[in-house]
Amino acid sequence: MSFAKGSNEDAKLFARGKVAELRQELNAAGGKKDKGFLNKKIALKKIVANMTMSNNDMLALFPDVVGVMQLPSLEIKKMCYLFLVNYARMKPEIALKALPILLADLEDSNPLMRALALRTISYIHVRQFVESTLQPLKGLLKDNDPYVRKTAAFCVAKLYDHDRALVEGSDLIDRLNMMLRDENPTVVTSSLAALMDIWERSETIKFSIDYGNASKIVQILPDCSEWGQTYILEALTSYVPQDTSEAALLAERITPRLSHTNSAVVLTCIRVILYLMNYIESERTISALCAKLSPPLVTLLSKGPEIQYLALRNALLILQRRPEVLRNDIRVFFCKYNDPIYVKVTKLELIFMLATEKNIKEVLTELREYATEIDVHFVRKSVRAIGKLAIKIEPAARLCITTLLELVATKVSYIVQEATVVIKNIFRKYPNQYESIISTLCENLDSLDEPEAKAAMIWVIGQYADRIDNSEVLLEDFLDSWTDEPHEVQLALLTATVKLFIQRPTKAQDLVPKVLKWATEETDNPDLRDRGYMYWRLLSSNPAAARSIVMGEKPPITAESEKLDPITLEEMCLVVGTLATVYLKPVHMVFRSTRVRRLQDSPALQKTKLPSYLAAQQAKLLTDTNGGAVQANGHAPAAGANGDVLDEADAYFASIGTQPLQMSSNGDFESSLTTAGGMEQTYVVNQGQGLGQAPPMMHASHGDGDLLGL
Amino acid sequence: MLSGVLLFNQKGELLIMRAFRQDMRPRLADVFRIQVISNAQIRSPILTLGSTTFSHIKNENLYIVGVSKGNVNAALVFEFLYKLAGLGKAYFGRFDEEAVKTNFVMVYELLDEILDFGYPQGTDAETLKMYITTEGVKSERALEDSSKITMQATGALSWRRDGIKYRKNEAFVDVIEDVNLLVSASGTVLRADVNGTIDMRAYLSGTPECKFGLNDKLTLGENGAGTDLSMQTSTKGGKKASKAAAGSVTLEDVSLHQCVKLSSFTNDRTISFIPPDGSFQLMTYRATENVNLPFKVHAIVNEVGKTKVEYSIGIRANYGNKLYATNVVVKIPTPLNTASTTHRASQGKAKYEPSENAIVWKIARFTGQSEYVLTAEAALSAMTTHKAWSRPPLSMQFSLLMFTSSGLLVRYLKVFEKGNYSSVKWVRYMTRAGSYEIRF
Repeated sequence: MSFAKGSNEDAKLFARGKVAELRQELNAAGGKKDKGFLNKKIALKKIVANMTMSNNDMLALFPDVVGVMQLPSLEIKKMCYLFLVNYARMKPEIALKALPILLADLEDSNPLMRALALRTISYIHVRQFVESTLQPLKGLLKDNDPYVRKTAAFCVAKLYDHDRALVEGSDLIDRLNMMLRDENPTVVTSSLAALMDIWERSETIKFSIDYGNASKIVQILPDCSEWGQTYILEALTSYVPQDTSEAALLAERITPRLSHTNSAVVLTCIRVILYLMNYIESERTISALCAKLSPPLVTLLSKGPEIQYLALRNALLILQRRPEVLRNDIRVFFCKYNDPIYVKVTKLELIFMLATEKNIKEVLTELREYATEIDVHFVRKSVRAIGKLAIKIEPAARLCITTLLELVATKVSYIVQEATVVIKNIFRKYPNQYESIISTLCENLDSLDEPEAKAAMIWVIGQYADRIDNSEVLLEDFLDSWTDEPHEVQLALLTATVKLFIQRPTKAQDLVPKVLKWATEETDNPDLRDRGYMYWRLLSSNPAAARSIVMGEKPPITAESEKLDPITLEEMCLVVGTLATVYLKPVHMVFRSTRVRRLQDSPALQKTKLPSYLAAQQAKLLTDTNGGAVQANGHAPAAGANGDVLDEADAYFASIGTQPLQMSSNGDFESSLTTAGGMEQTYVVNQGQGLGQAPPMMHASHGDGDLLGL
Repeated sequence: MLSGVLLFNQKGELLIMRAFRQDMRPRLADVFRIQVISNAQIRSPILTLGSTTFSHIKNENLYIVGVSKGNVNAALVFEFLYKLAGLGKAYFGRFDEEAVKTNFVMVYELLDEILDFGYPQGTDAETLKMYITTEGVKSERALEDSSKITMQATGALSWRRDGIKYRKNEAFVDVIEDVNLLVSASGTVLRADVNGTIDMRAYLSGTPECKFGLNDKLTLGENGAGTDLSMQTSTKGGKKASKAAAGSVTLEDVSLHQCVKLSSFTNDRTISFIPPDGSFQLMTYRATENVNLPFKVHAIVNEVGKTKVEYSIGIRANYGNKLYATNVVVKIPTPLNTASTTHRASQGKAKYEPSENAIVWKIARFTGQSEYVLTAEAALSAMTTHKAWSRPPLSMQFSLLMFTSSGLLVRYLKVFEKGNYSSVKWVRYMTRAGSYEIRF
């Protein structure tokens, strides 16, 4: 507390002031009366405060501030330097007056002073400053004080940011390389961080580490600060193992870092170990390493919520690449009542992924609990997860449906609607098995007011028109509001009416012409019109063909479609712990200009075990056996909430192979089996928001529109 | 790395803005204010717009924001933001709006020191306090002094300065456990685990080398930490049984302070370290096996029609009768439309808190092996639309001295120093409620 004492006055200084008054204060408070420059300090503090609050007004004081810069007080100097860093770019001509002072300080006998001057001068984006730093910097890189050397190392990266050509034309990068051999660990890690920063932005510079170097920097890990350790670990992904035993040895040597208290060290270490595993041949070594990754990941869940969130997102990723990690740990992901919503939602996704036939009972009890919570969005996701579990784990389907029906019985509108949507998918997955529950669904028709739920219900009515006694009455009820419905519902209605007609011609005799007329003549939606004409033509020319098309076999759906595609997965595992893993999207989709990392080939690379290789093999196998006719597993059309036409179309397109398009929809984590016309629609949503408000925000703001995203 | 750091107060007023890279523009502060602070919809600590990412944490009444471009290491960003908050606390007592306004020049000075080009530098408060202080900042500081500082700031022992002397050498060890519990409505334990921390206050002279021993099981996790990978799990089952019999504890995972030699820990499980001066967190750990739950809660809650909820809550203390828990608070949720409550407690005081939608039952002293009961009734006001009550879980707070839920004990703490002085060590145990929730 002693630090806060005595400066209580300072709180008053944090107030808006006028330029003229501040100038007067700064200049007037001079002379011999001002002991220890107390008044000048006060004036400067006020200026610093105003710099933050009112931005550019203070620019007018630039000459006055430069005027006091040379006073022999470190406190004043530091404030002036801060001012300089903020405004130099806008008024370079005035800033130049400060240059000699800074250059003189670079030669100060006090190392702290030299470092401060160097740090400051290299922040200033003015040509003269950059150019005149170059020469002294070469000397300072060899300074006999390590603190100055580490500052100088970062300075090279800063100059590179200002003027690439200047740095590339000099020998600074070579000198920086030499510093990797420095005796002081902090200097080494700083140089390493600077080199990586430069490499990140450069097209011409290569950054590679051989085993000798990698071994050396791992050696100094224990002597480095927590940040230094992170920089070293980050650099290790640039080391390409040439020999599988090298990779295993290095992985073994860095495992102690998993016990570090700083989560950046831990997550980056996990990244490196996952990376090295690609080069390790022995299955035994790999499973031993995997076993070591679980506990630290779970431990991160006792950190702050932000780190928890990050750890959970990464767990989602790691789980897909190395399922043996976290295999036994489902309970630790159960939500606490007070978890922030972003943590809860991610935990829910993990629970879904980790659910198996063995733990399904436990999981369902838990999800059932979530479905009664307050947050509507979270409740919906929980309901949706139950439905998807029915599809994912076949033996548990009956249990999941029972749980869903319990929830429907609560009569809470959004729960009923969500349940309706997922039950429709269950029908699709298990045709003719659970029709007994249709009656329960029909009891809740009135509470449906969302397009997606309505469309789902209409689909069920159409599909099972021959088993629902009053199907035409139900359909007619929906048709009453035809003109007010969104296209999504209208499409569903159109198809359902045709289905009804095909199954029970007498009942729908009057309905069909009416609906076809509406769809073709009274709408301006081309999709609806086209579909209307198509049915019309089909029904009038060839009723038998109509039947086989409209009521035809539908392609199976799976719950696997939300998995990342193998190539993305491979790429994402190289950037564990970074922002892209929060969005679970390929780096270049979130940050266009960022360098994409790929696995480098080497004799040690276990090519045949990579997900991308396995997927390619599998696809090849399928094309071979089916003569190129059927889509690869997991690429099953994810679309088709309402209307078999879409389903049919999917089946058709799949058979002539639109693999690239489907791939893109699968690569996208948000895609799911429940949106209408899945691919196109999801794709558009992401185009609009992909770069900007990425998934977590989309989860939040698109309460009902978004998919489970599980 | 980081392009800039921003501090806002609750209202969204900018208190501190420091740029570390060219791409940090002042208007980004407005973007954050509009997109996050004044946006009630925001639910994530990370927001990416274009190529700019805002990562924020909340500390007291402050938003601490890191601005970055590109795909940076998010763990590093958040750890740094936590560290900044911790550093603020170490310097100013607490790190809130008032502290920042009072010490804004200092905050700038600190930021300049702990971030260079957006890369975190030395962030050890002990070292920083040697040369960043409000008083006594002197450029005239003797040269050898400065070199000492720079050695300290870049050296391997950055957390401890030279030449520390105490007349009486003492070390205090606090083992603090947060026990987390989640019980389902049917009474089954869904999860029970312990997050423990071992805090130390070391007042030891010179460069003391400490060795620390616990009654933990020798292996961590299942496959063990042995460097020998070929040593497989054949003996796993046997080992587990024998260790449990010896009264030892299985730690799921531990993380250790920067000062602990991780390699020797991995090799033979010894925690050996040269401690920082003063207080610090030596290690944190997690245990999930054989968790001793200090309290057993039996809750019966009945919704009688739409007008009344009846409660009967029994709580039994599961620890020895010589111990007693203090500050026991039981929070019993009531429906949102509760009009009034009546309650009777066999011990302590209960009170209805409308703002929290809960009956809060406080028991100042809860002796071991005793059992207390609360019966209560909540009368509900009529509502036009009847919405089902979500029945949030009942939760507890308490602290209990000389008890560890995991069963962890400190076996020994040895101090070796050149001076060969004798030192006094104190150990204290405490168990607190982490998230102690019972569904009903």
